[in-house]
Amino acid sequence: MTAVLSGKEIARQLTEKFPESIIESGQDYLVVKNESLLAVAAFLKDTPELNFDYLNFITAVDYYHYFEVVYRLSSLEHNHSLVLKTHCADRENPALPSVTGLWQGADFQEREIYDLMGINFEGHPNMKRIFLWEGFAGHPMRKDFR
Amino acid sequence: MALKTEPFVLNMGPVHPSTHGVFRMRTTLDGEVVVDIEPIFGYLHRGVEKLAEQRTYTGIIPLTDRLDYISSMNNNLAYCLAVEKLAGIKVPERAEYLRVIMAELQRIAAFLIAVGAFLNDCGAFFTPFMYMFREREKIVDLLEMVSGQRLTYNYIRVGGVSQDIPEEFLPALRTFVAQMPGFIDEYDRLLMQNEILLARAKGVGILTREQAINCAASGPVLRASGVKWDIRQADPYSIYDRFEFDIPTGTVGDCYDRYRVRVAEMRQSLRIIQQAMTQLPPGPVKAAVPHLIRPPVGEAYAHLEAPKGELGFYLVSDNSIAPYRCHIRPPSLINLTALRDMVRGWKVADLIVIFGSIDITVGEIDR
Repeated sequence: MTAVLSGKEIARQLTEKFPESIIESGQDYLVVKNESLLAVAAFLKDTPELNFDYLNFITAVDYYHYFEVVYRLSSLEHNHSLVLKTHCADRENPALPSVTGLWQGADFQEREIYDLMGINFEGHPNMKRIFLWEGFAGHPMRKDFR
Repeated sequence: MALKTEPFVLNMGPVHPSTHGVFRMRTTLDGEVVVDIEPIFGYLHRGVEKLAEQRTYTGIIPLTDRLDYISSMNNNLAYCLAVEKLAGIKVPERAEYLRVIMAELQRIAAFLIAVGAFLNDCGAFFTPFMYMFREREKIVDLLEMVSGQRLTYNYIRVGGVSQDIPEEFLPALRTFVAQMPGFIDEYDRLLMQNEILLARAKGVGILTREQAINCAASGPVLRASGVKWDIRQADPYSIYDRFEFDIPTGTVGDCYDRYRVRVAEMRQSLRIIQQAMTQLPPGPVKAAVPHLIRPPVGEAYAHLEAPKGELGFYLVSDNSIAPYRCHIRPPSLINLTALRDMVRGWKVADLIVIFGSIDITVGEIDR
């Protein structure tokens, strides 16, 4: 069984290293500030006892006053997982750092989020629409899309 | 001396026999050698995730049939597992066993298509494909017996399965399980040491272990690269912890390994069906679940080992009758991440073989 790491426990480790990077932590998730996302992600991937080498998926949820971007990470070596989240409050030009440098598997998924949710991933090598055509107006997975 | 020519762009697809659906690759070629490719998606985009936000939890099951339409049972199961996790619904024993039997039958059927289509791409035009279809037909007959459908089954429901199996099902399943190993032996005799297959697939399109993990590849693509990772054992769902089976892996991560892993997986699926068949208990096949399910506020992710890889559903509930968000983790899309690195430097003819060895369904990529 894949062990679900406690978000609170990881949050404790992270506050030592990156103070004030955590917004919230729960039993199985962790919400970090978007400016510390890359540093936290790199820490989770490169720390040998955590070794989150596998990015199961990325997705985004629209909560009207903010977007929540969800990263589910696993370690194939230790067989454990963690849900890492970040919030993005800007609705006009939402932007987040891209994690493609850490996990190449994020490539198409970040493009999908950009296409359907309109969040721009900075540092992505090929940030453009993936399913809809260039010139499509709006981002259909947003809750206020008509 | 290596001759260089002016690079040019060749468009493959979206309608091309080797693209397994409507999928397009913009390839940049130097003579016959692939310099770069860019996959272009979206020709089958129906907005399933958005549609799901306007349907009841039960009403979404038919949508999942139409994702990877050659493995509908696995899609149904993955979705129902997520809803059950979200709403805390327990499934009766008999239904669990029936789910495992159907899911494994579906895996074999999907691997038959994967292997047949791969050999098509290698140039063995439709002869092996028809051999594979001979056996797939028997599986489709079995699944038709239980669900009345031949492609989009809509059989697995939240809390169990839609109906119990008819009495002619188990004898037919026994015959199938007894005959199938002989057919797999036949494929092995015809193909495993086939010189053309070896020449076209061995050492071609190598995906290293590190690359496979970094690209979040899953299923046979990941295992062919030597990673022993199968969600049925790593994170057992349903009742998979009760069955004994091996995880076949490759060593090199080339097209031949991916082909070999799929053939070996069929034998393992048969082993699981055999065990499930003998242990199948009597009893109800569906828990008492209300027509309109209102899961408590929260979120759940359930994943399973589909024929293409890790298929997952991430559901967010706001305690209404429809999910607030329904995200699908599509194995076909994510497995394609590695395609660009795998094909660079190979010839156009190899591009077709490498692409075929990944085994995709466009219905799942575009959603």
